[in-house]
Amino acid sequence: MTLVKHELKQSKLSFLIWTLSIGFMIALCVFLYPEMSSQMEDVTDIFASMGSFTAAFGMDRLNFGTLIGFYAVECGNILGLGGAFYAAFCAVAVLSKEEKEKTAEFLLTHPVSRKRIVTEKLISVIILITAMNVIVYALAVGSFAAIDETVPMKEMNLLHIAYYLMQIEIAGICFGISAFVRKGNIGIGLGMATILYFLNLVANITESAEFLKYITPFGYCEAADIMADGNLDKTLIGIGMAVTVCGIARAYIKYTKKDIQ
Amino acid sequence: MDIIKTTKLTKNYGKARGIIDLDLTVKQGEFFGFIGPNGAGKSTTIRTLLGLISPTAGSAEIFGKDIAKEKEVILQRVGYLPSEAIFYRGMKVKDILKLSADLRKKDCTAEAKSLCDHLQLDTARKIDELSFGNRKKVGIVCALQHNPELLVLDEPTSGLDPLMQKEFFEILRERNKQGTTIFLSSHILSEIQRNCTHAAIIRSGKIIACDSVEELAKTSTKRVNVHGTVNLDALGGVRDIERTDDSVSFLYNGDMSALLNTLSAGKVNDLTVSEPDLEEVFMHYYEKEDLTK
Repeated sequence: MTLVKHELKQSKLSFLIWTLSIGFMIALCVFLYPEMSSQMEDVTDIFASMGSFTAAFGMDRLNFGTLIGFYAVECGNILGLGGAFYAAFCAVAVLSKEEKEKTAEFLLTHPVSRKRIVTEKLISVIILITAMNVIVYALAVGSFAAIDETVPMKEMNLLHIAYYLMQIEIAGICFGISAFVRKGNIGIGLGMATILYFLNLVANITESAEFLKYITPFGYCEAADIMADGNLDKTLIGIGMAVTVCGIARAYIKYTKKDIQ
Repeated sequence: MDIIKTTKLTKNYGKARGIIDLDLTVKQGEFFGFIGPNGAGKSTTIRTLLGLISPTAGSAEIFGKDIAKEKEVILQRVGYLPSEAIFYRGMKVKDILKLSADLRKKDCTAEAKSLCDHLQLDTARKIDELSFGNRKKVGIVCALQHNPELLVLDEPTSGLDPLMQKEFFEILRERNKQGTTIFLSSHILSEIQRNCTHAAIIRSGKIIACDSVEELAKTSTKRVNVHGTVNLDALGGVRDIERTDDSVSFLYNGDMSALLNTLSAGKVNDLTVSEPDLEEVFMHYYEKEDLTK
């Protein structure tokens, strides 16, 4: 586990920046809730009447007047997008940075198999993403308590599990990409996360684009659906996890045979 | 015992670069020089041997083990110094040395300390603050601290000042005496001639000569210095002629009696015939190849 330790040490700073930024932004929004809740009825009406924009963010189906409805919308955007970016950022660089920073020659001339390198780097990415989600979750629950609101735990948990799985899927895809690229990799990861996010918005707006939900992991993170069903969409998650496994398998196949420059 | 043995080892990059049908044998305890200009295939050979890239064709063994199948076992016993020593940014020297030792699952603290003292390397400093030469020292310690049986060095002296070079080669000779096989890639011929017992010359991806350094330097070619006036026009096998007013110097690899006849026909005040140095031999190999191309 030498490499896992090394990898975590190297990622310490970026981990703290991302986790605390996402965590504090969510807490901040929760703190705004009591202030806003008195005016919520008007706000809900306004938000509900913005046409496609309303549909895009699922605000036609969520009750913005309740804390969990409010939380689902803003959490959906902060943790959804922020978490997806962080997952992409971690995973897409984890293998390729060795070549980009020219440290591959150092690492790969040690008696460590390529398979072991891929495994330990994958473990470190999963640890980082998991730790980020746990800390953000704790901060969110803590901030609910701070404003004296009770949290509907079931919805809250489902929401956070969905985001976690979404980040793991994006990380899996980006991990696969990481084995192939040598330079300019961060852009590819963040770009992909952005596209997947917008695909979900499009799927929300037009019925004819519903099929996009099967492509983007944001599809099973849709707060409105989770709240309405009281459950996660197992089909979408199944597809997502299959994609994740493919991405990871691709990384193993490529990296164990790759010529290192 | 053969420490390194390659059989028709080939690496194609799609373009003309790479190595072609490389047959190379390095025996235990040898201080082996690998000579060639930039781009001849020295680094490609090393990178293939260490498993950074996989060969297109042919095979190679280190310690009698296949480089593809038993890479980790081999690397455990090999120390490698790359031409450009680059490490993880933000790390301290001692952390790099520790990481390298941990990856080998070995405690190298004592050896690392002794090497750092020898090379005057401050282990508390950060990698980012180090000059090129000091980073090279970190590379040297990483390559040596686990007492490997085979040392692979890719242009090791670039960036080191002459005093450090001397110190470095002293360490290498000491290790070699203790039984470590050393594979030294370089384009600095004096370095090879001074330190190596055996050498191979590589050109455009092919080995064009491989022998003991003594034998390599001892080709039929001689360096001839003549004071006086001689007419060399009729003589074949003459190269690299340098004339001054009353002397002429040239490399000769033709028939000796033809040379003596030519000299006796002229007026010779003084004459020396000597072995050319490795540099001249090297040029000789390269020019020969150019003619056949």
